[in-house]
Amino acid sequence: MQWPDAETLCADLVVKLRPVVTAQTAMVGIHTGGAWLAERLHRELGLKVPLGRLDISFYRDDYHKSGLHKSVKASEIPFEVEARHILLVDDVLYTGRTVRAAMNELFDYGRPESIALVVLVDRGERQLPICPQHCGATLSVPKGAMLRLDRNGAGRLALRLDDA
Amino acid sequence: MHNPQLNANGELAHLLTLEGLPREIIVNILDTAASFVGVTEREVKKVPLLRGKSVFNLFFENSTRTRTTFEIAAKRLSADVINLNISTSSTAKGETLLDTVDNLSAMHADMFVVRHAQSGAAHMIARHVGPDRHVINAGDGRHAHPTQGLLDAYTIRHYKRDFTQLSVAVVGDILHSRVARSLIHVLNILGTPEVRVIAPQTLLPTRVESLGVRVFPDMRQGLQGVDVVVMLRLQNERMGGALLPSAQEFFKYYGLTPDKLAVAKPDAIVMHPGPMNRGIEIDSSVADGPHSVILPQVTFGIAVRMAVMSILGGA
Repeated sequence: MQWPDAETLCADLVVKLRPVVTAQTAMVGIHTGGAWLAERLHRELGLKVPLGRLDISFYRDDYHKSGLHKSVKASEIPFEVEARHILLVDDVLYTGRTVRAAMNELFDYGRPESIALVVLVDRGERQLPICPQHCGATLSVPKGAMLRLDRNGAGRLALRLDDA
Repeated sequence: MHNPQLNANGELAHLLTLEGLPREIIVNILDTAASFVGVTEREVKKVPLLRGKSVFNLFFENSTRTRTTFEIAAKRLSADVINLNISTSSTAKGETLLDTVDNLSAMHADMFVVRHAQSGAAHMIARHVGPDRHVINAGDGRHAHPTQGLLDAYTIRHYKRDFTQLSVAVVGDILHSRVARSLIHVLNILGTPEVRVIAPQTLLPTRVESLGVRVFPDMRQGLQGVDVVVMLRLQNERMGGALLPSAQEFFKYYGLTPDKLAVAKPDAIVMHPGPMNRGIEIDSSVADGPHSVILPQVTFGIAVRMAVMSILGGA
């Protein structure tokens, strides 16, 4: 199956987000694909608050089953979270568990005024009551297969499907 | 050969010694620790990984400092921590080591942090406990102190980046030092080309060269051009016989002073596992000087112990 072009979806998201952002809007990308997407959106939208990145490994709910992920990256939130409006960015929304973990982690930095979820693709199969406020496309993907974002050497974004 | 620290999947299930540990496991611990450094600088210095787990600190030998760092690390992972100072409790009433461990396992301990004067005590406990329990060696006799070796490696990597270009000198009481053994093992595993030990003959183990080090009885020669100087504590409490004429004489030949440090590289770092004996193995002006990274070692030590506990707890 041919997946939509990630670059086009990304450009659509920029258009959707432009009326929403202000000089105070902060953005946080979830490692790894979400951070790539956030880097792009942050630049295109010309956001003033420096970009944050989260690695949610320390907040995953499957730690007791799967252990700690290898190559954990450091989370960096280079702004005050307290009372901030935050756009939380991930590449693909699937079960909602990653977003739950990311919100838990954000709250350990402070109490944000609001969090809105931005995703490139919504797979529409939620296991938690979480939904995106800004979404590039809703796609149906075979259960168990992993849809993820790739970034090549030139910085081009593309969607890729890995069989389970 | 089966490594008793690894489970059937090759994951780290216990941390008993760094000797023979695969390089990728050590690098993974150091990388994970780097992520925990950020956690310890946040408003909320806790993550929920070990929520609902119980960590028992079994200290058969006193060490307030080491016990405290493990306690802080476990609490920052949201574990419940129970400290047992066994030298003053059940064993004094005659209970055996393994009976103590069985009793604590029946209280649903998930992890044991063990400090013992006998080499091999943590190994014995690791062989004894069930597959869902994890053991960390927090120092056994003269044998090993793996988390100290890891935090030393973390500190060196933080300041010097690449082990394959480094010259590291370990100075002082090598004979009684599990810290030195663990550090030498990890430096070798990470590919450090030059590891030197500087000590009088009486404070060197026999056949120390077999650990992969060069021996320098003269401190000024040994420090020539090194990138890292690791001072060891002169272990008065382990010094039964007449290994040294006097502490003053030791300081004269093996104490780190500014003029001896001057022959090392200009950007050399000075480390010490603590607690320091100022004026015996290290001069105050060096301990508090610009080359010293002794206090950052303590900070990194918490992150390294968090990394070890979170990796074991998920195995």
